[in-house]
Amino acid sequence: MAVVAVLGLIGAVWLMWRPAITAIERPTMFDTAQLQRGARVVESGDCAVCHTRPGGEYLAGGLPLVTPFGTLYSTNITPDVDTGIGQWSLPAFERAMRQGIARDGHFLYPAFPYVHYRRMSAADIADAYAYLMSGPAVHAPAEQNQMNFPMNIRPLVSFWNLLFLHGEPLTPLAQRSEAWNRGRYLVDGPGHCAGCHSPLNLIGAEKSSEYLQGGSVDGWHAPALVGMGQRSNPWSREQLVGYLRAGIVDGHGTPAGPMRPVSLSLARLPASEAEAIAEYLLSLENPPSVTETTAKTPASEPADHSTGALLFSSACAGCHGPAAPMRTIDGRPGLQNTSALQAASSRNFLKTVLEGLPATPGSPGPLMPAFAASLDNAQLGALATYLRQQASPDQPWADLSSTIEALRQETK
Amino acid sequence: MSQITLNVNGAAQPLELEPDMPLLYALRNHLNLNGAKYGCGLGQCGACTVIVDDQPVFACLTPCAGLEGKKIRTVESLGSAEKPGPLQTAFIEKQAAQCGYCIAGMLMRAQALLERNRHPDEATILEHMAGNLCRCGTHLRIIEAIKQVAGHNGSLT
Repeated sequence: MAVVAVLGLIGAVWLMWRPAITAIERPTMFDTAQLQRGARVVESGDCAVCHTRPGGEYLAGGLPLVTPFGTLYSTNITPDVDTGIGQWSLPAFERAMRQGIARDGHFLYPAFPYVHYRRMSAADIADAYAYLMSGPAVHAPAEQNQMNFPMNIRPLVSFWNLLFLHGEPLTPLAQRSEAWNRGRYLVDGPGHCAGCHSPLNLIGAEKSSEYLQGGSVDGWHAPALVGMGQRSNPWSREQLVGYLRAGIVDGHGTPAGPMRPVSLSLARLPASEAEAIAEYLLSLENPPSVTETTAKTPASEPADHSTGALLFSSACAGCHGPAAPMRTIDGRPGLQNTSALQAASSRNFLKTVLEGLPATPGSPGPLMPAFAASLDNAQLGALATYLRQQASPDQPWADLSSTIEALRQETK
Repeated sequence: MSQITLNVNGAAQPLELEPDMPLLYALRNHLNLNGAKYGCGLGQCGACTVIVDDQPVFACLTPCAGLEGKKIRTVESLGSAEKPGPLQTAFIEKQAAQCGYCIAGMLMRAQALLERNRHPDEATILEHMAGNLCRCGTHLRIIEAIKQVAGHNGSLT
């Protein structure tokens, strides 16, 4: 018995205890070229997308992340000694990036995508470290997480890690082009695309069997990234590059919702990075089991589109009607060609109408007002039915009213 | 044409309207409430801003159909030339208007904020007001006027 107990204890310690890594004086001297490379790595890893809250200091954390297991707050990754990572050595930083362990030994929640960051090169991690440590230190204590039992017990993350933490740093495949390999590295490593674009299982891990086959984030549908060239409304390389860099592309539209800040990050990187991502993504084919649903689901009764048409002319046509200056002068696509209206899920269309596309301070780009207060649920439903009919007449969206109701609740 | 009753500034207004008419046209052309202005017609400038229930909306993009039963308020509800309301008084004291075209919208957007958050800080005011543009460039004075009201405890009407 005693032996079993001792072995159990050793096992538990091995599994759930990690040592602290000695605190260091904040390093100050870094090579300029390394800092420039590090800035790009941090941009390609979208660190600021989560680690900066709206209106908050750059990388000082505080953004709430609502998960099925409770609400987490992103942490301060500026080099502040007391509240940031100012005492972290490079080995401590690399352990966090590859294993999800903080410098003091506590387990980080997998909302921090260390399952992807562990696939990055040591050089990129060192460059990102240099860039982060060279930035201004901001005093910003972490907000208290509100995780539900039992996920409020951090050591339990070790079991999650046991199941899902694997994968080595990515190495290029010889038979593929340099761009393809770069694209795969960006997608699977720093860019952690699968974090949103793969479905998650019941305990919040990506289903590796459904890699990049579509997921959801913050109430938005994150579309499948496989088979993008094989759809009825296929993506060309040029369209995808433009979209990834926050452009408005003919035939698909412009990134909205959580993809907008990601695309703005990519737009700040050299175009070759988005080109590489496009090269890789367009090489991913639909798995044999997944074919685009072509089954026709006729509406139970022919929908009345007159209300939707009236609402469109009243609220939307100024920008989206065929004669609108934004169409004729600025070359924006007709709504029926946008990914949101082509998608099998109505969520992204509805979210875009409810929330609009906020302006990006300091850079030109589309600005769409939010219609949450201007349209009621019935109007939104009529508008969606009407526009979907034009985009995909054979496949009307089902369950519109319940989806609208759910989205209204989520945004409250 | 259809029969629509709008509740505007506390009064029920039965109207005969094309159902796709945006609220702004009903206010200006049918009810003679000319405070809210037509700027861009695209929800990009905010000159048409009014309050529906407690939310600021672009009246140029808000269809009348669907507004029945909701409380619509325009700048005319805040006060008059003879008896301006607190926010209007602050705009006058800070000389926040140049040409004045955007001011009705600015007032209504600011009013909606102050009703929800009586003492917003400057960052909150700036973020909230970002949707309304002034081409004369009097934003600094507009913000000063809103801060003046945000800085005391008096009534907002």
